[in-house]
Amino acid sequence: MRIILKGSKVKSKLTEKVEKISGQNIFACYQCGKCSAGCPMIDSMDYMPNQAMKLLQMGAAEEIINSKTMWMCASCHTCSVRCPRDIDLSAVMEALRLIYLRTNVNKVEPSQIPEEELKDLPQIALVCNFRKMTR
Amino acid sequence: MKYAYYPGCTLKSYADNLESSVLAVAEKLGIQMEELPHWTCCGTVFSQADDDLVHQIAPLRILLDAQKVGAKKLLVVCSMCYNTLKQASLLFEKKPDKLETLNLFLDDEDDYLGEVEVVHFLQVLRDEVGIEEIAKQVVRPLTGLNVAPYYGCLLLRPQEVAFDEPERPTVIEEILVALGAEAIMDPLKVECCGSYQTVNNKEIIADRTRTIINSARSRGAEMIALDCPLCDFNLDFRQKESEKKYTDFFTMPILYYTQLMALAMGINGDIYGFDKHYVDPRPLLKEYELI
Ligand code: SF4
Ligand code: SF4
Repeated sequence: MRIILKGSKVKSKLTEKVEKISGQNIFACYQCGKCSAGCPMIDSMDYMPNQAMKLLQMGAAEEIINSKTMWMCASCHTCSVRCPRDIDLSAVMEALRLIYLRTNVNKVEPSQIPEEELKDLPQIALVCNFRKMTR
Repeated sequence: MKYAYYPGCTLKSYADNLESSVLAVAEKLGIQMEELPHWTCCGTVFSQADDDLVHQIAPLRILLDAQKVGAKKLLVVCSMCYNTLKQASLLFEKKPDKLETLNLFLDDEDDYLGEVEVVHFLQVLRDEVGIEEIAKQVVRPLTGLNVAPYYGCLLLRPQEVAFDEPERPTVIEEILVALGAEAIMDPLKVECCGSYQTVNNKEIIADRTRTIINSARSRGAEMIALDCPLCDFNLDFRQKESEKKYTDFFTMPILYYTQLMALAMGINGDIYGFDKHYVDPRPLLKEYELI
């Protein structure tokens, strides 16, 4: 991973927004990696949860907003209960999803879900998914 | 013991066998459950965004409905509804300013006062009924049946909603032991099944499910007992995908803990819905002469 840092980048608007929406202090993270060690979805992420925190600390807005990480997160709260710095990383993931969704785009398009899938899926799965993946 | 009861949408559809077994067990144990006269969807997940009040309206309405029937406690069975309502109720307690804004927005004659306590059925079983009382009701012990409990995420996390130790919960084990079954200890009992990723990433769920089931089996489990309808869909129905993806995968029956309680309490009748499961639990239950 090669990221060029500039002073203007480090004081990124994105990090500020994430802090505001999630109510978390991104800079409290000291990169212990405990969140990533317990994350059940890590195999499907490009940046691990602790790397996402590092990117946010560095203000690497583009890298994080274009990453898969927050979309693969299952909101299981495991990272949040284990973080020694009491950071609710699950809320940080939520903030990242919302920043994207609030540009008025969907991550999952409900109308594109194949019919044979729809008839199997219970509404608990659908409502939950749409709450996390649609605007 | 009388409770106002919020079923939620899934207990009236996909997981109606969870509701029917809960109601049968509750009757046996003297827990009166009075369904709220009006209720709507809770939203299924709690919004974690500090600036997103509109998604708190759905749980707020339900808590207000409970307040209107004079309930001090609201009993919830579905673990996802429990989590959403519990987190919302704690938010309203801690942040009165947010509650005030929402009450204004709701435009209902009554304001929600922030006083309803959300409790889970498992909590009532353990703390109000008591494990010993459950054991006393057992007429058909599940002797020899090896069951791995599975808690998933939302009963136990975040910490504020947990009524058991988040990393090492025991309440389902305690119940299983009271029923005469062998409770298999499996560290993956608190690992996420992949949750809502099941809609757009079902191959991942196929992997999660395989990992969780294989771990339980390697410790001697013959079935898994769980509490959450979404975990149930992922661990039961998504075994179809695990089978497709891995030729060496063997299926395992998945039951709600309340179905096992009803069996052990000798409850007969049309409450089990075993034909609704993807992996048919009946051959195993017959082997142990439980049906
Ligand atoms: S567990 Fe907390 S402190 Fe450790 S890397 Fe993750 S977010 Fe940072
Ligand atoms: S909440 Fe998301 S990031 Fe945190 S452990 Fe669970 S899946 Fe991973």
